[in-house]
Amino acid sequence: MTASDASLRRFLHGLPGVDQVGCEARAAGLGTRSIKTTAKAQALDLAIRMVDLTTLEGMDTPGKVRALASKAMRPDPADPTCPAAAAVCVYPDMVATAKDALGDSGVHVAAVATAFPSGRAALDIKLADTRDAVEAGADEIDMVIDRGAFLTGRYLQVFEEIVAVREACARPDGTAAHLKVIFETGELQTYDNVRRASWLAMMAGGDFIKTSTGKVQPAATLPVTLVMLEAVRDFRAQTGRMVGVKPAGGIRTAKDAIKYLVMVNEVVGQDWLDPDWFRFGASTLLNDLLMQRTKMTTGRYSGPDYFTLD
Amino acid sequence: MSPTTPARASVRKTWKLYIGGAFPRSESGYSYVVNDAKGQFVANAAMASRKDARDAVQAARKAFGGWSSKTAYNRAQILYRVAEVMEDRRPQFLDAVRQSEGLGSRQATQVVDDAVDRLVWYAGWADKITQVVGSANPVAGPYFNLSSPEPTGVVAVVAPQRSSLLGLVSVVAPAIVTGNTTVVLASEERPLPAITFAEVLATSDVPGGVVNVLTGPPAATAPWLAEHMDVNALDLTGLAGDDEAAAALEASAAENLKRVLRAPAAEPDWEADPGIDRMTAFLETKTVWHPIGL
Repeated sequence: MTASDASLRRFLHGLPGVDQVGCEARAAGLGTRSIKTTAKAQALDLAIRMVDLTTLEGMDTPGKVRALASKAMRPDPADPTCPAAAAVCVYPDMVATAKDALGDSGVHVAAVATAFPSGRAALDIKLADTRDAVEAGADEIDMVIDRGAFLTGRYLQVFEEIVAVREACARPDGTAAHLKVIFETGELQTYDNVRRASWLAMMAGGDFIKTSTGKVQPAATLPVTLVMLEAVRDFRAQTGRMVGVKPAGGIRTAKDAIKYLVMVNEVVGQDWLDPDWFRFGASTLLNDLLMQRTKMTTGRYSGPDYFTLD
Repeated sequence: MSPTTPARASVRKTWKLYIGGAFPRSESGYSYVVNDAKGQFVANAAMASRKDARDAVQAARKAFGGWSSKTAYNRAQILYRVAEVMEDRRPQFLDAVRQSEGLGSRQATQVVDDAVDRLVWYAGWADKITQVVGSANPVAGPYFNLSSPEPTGVVAVVAPQRSSLLGLVSVVAPAIVTGNTTVVLASEERPLPAITFAEVLATSDVPGGVVNVLTGPPAATAPWLAEHMDVNALDLTGLAGDDEAAAALEASAAENLKRVLRAPAAEPDWEADPGIDRMTAFLETKTVWHPIGL
């Protein structure tokens, strides 16, 4: 099926279409669940463990990355029971700094590569970008697909690019950096395209599928994540391989994060309720999670003054 | 046309809260009965819950940056504008205070006059308070040493229980004129003038979130505001005479060292000259050292 553009297209366009209204209604419905007390406390801790703490600014400095790394390791310095975040997500040139700051804490370093965020570069440049990041010690690579190629229907090109980047993730010792494939769903126009992109990326060997770069609005939304979760569920049913999902961008409040967790539980089940299979790409989200967590432990509403700005 | 004209369906007002420049219903969905001074039913008012209080604090915090960095001159203009719009809606306020406080028409006129005048009076203070409480301090070195007042931040106000309009204006205006933003718990039994006042604020260039008005029993929301780590000051005027409740709130407020304007023994006479104490209660002093001759 991946032998030619035509066969790939036949397969992707043969996927059942997404009922837009139904999908949005289902996502909205799942968003109304009330999660309180002990369930909420658990959800908050799980969400903190799932955060890929992200800084992707032109003005990033080694100092900022180090500060972010220490925040990822101990999000709430006042409370030793607060779990660490999953990873720190940075540009490739900051990988070494982040790796150095994180040491053997268990917090991963994720690097965005392949001419992030636009993906507008020649393939060998994208591959060199990826290899650089892997060599510098990145545990995870977040690549962007070529949306231009995808939207023109050159699916095979997108597929082969993912395969090539996947190969570039290999380390000399035989292991490989985890590959997350970013679709930039805000540019894919339709849910059908999101479903097609999900299958394409999973077939090409992506370990994670990720909604957005965070540079384009709209970024992650509940319905888009629903479509992607359904895709990883169906993919496991067909092939037995499990693929992770990472909504990124636009998730700012603990309430939103809990809505996503409810959806994961309802759509794909408990197996995915783990930082190895579900992540949040976010920066401001962590502070709100911490504020809610503090509210749960102290009983009083907290304020942003009591947490680090990043 | 039909031979019998049907009676017109009455259009009754839903009294809501005022949070972040919008008029939402209470998150809790509850409302409570508001009676007039004679005990007759007037309306159902929204009963604010702790989550409404939390949302109001969030709105006030969001508005603080913009409001406090406006020039004092601009804040004065906006407060004066509030007075203008209030003057324009005088009949509505007359009815509101007569109904809620049971005043005769001459007394009600006096109250509304005073409320409008109080706004104008405080508006005038916006660009003068710095001269009065700021100072150039002599220091033993080649420095200018200047102290100037800065707003405290988000102020939670328990508004007076008896004086539902003049009292309300007299506690809100001094807090916001210096650049603070507020969450106001209106009089429990007489909340309607506060919501009408909120409608004036909403249409007179006061940015959303600078004043947030909650209605309902203070016991349901005040403790949450007193404990809230993102509230910087607490005005307990509305708890006049209720020493026990006031003491509990003061104790909660101590956790993050909120400034507390303590509850008086009895509700103050709002027609008296207010002085500047209500403004200075919610001001911090910033002192800057600047080398001379550079």
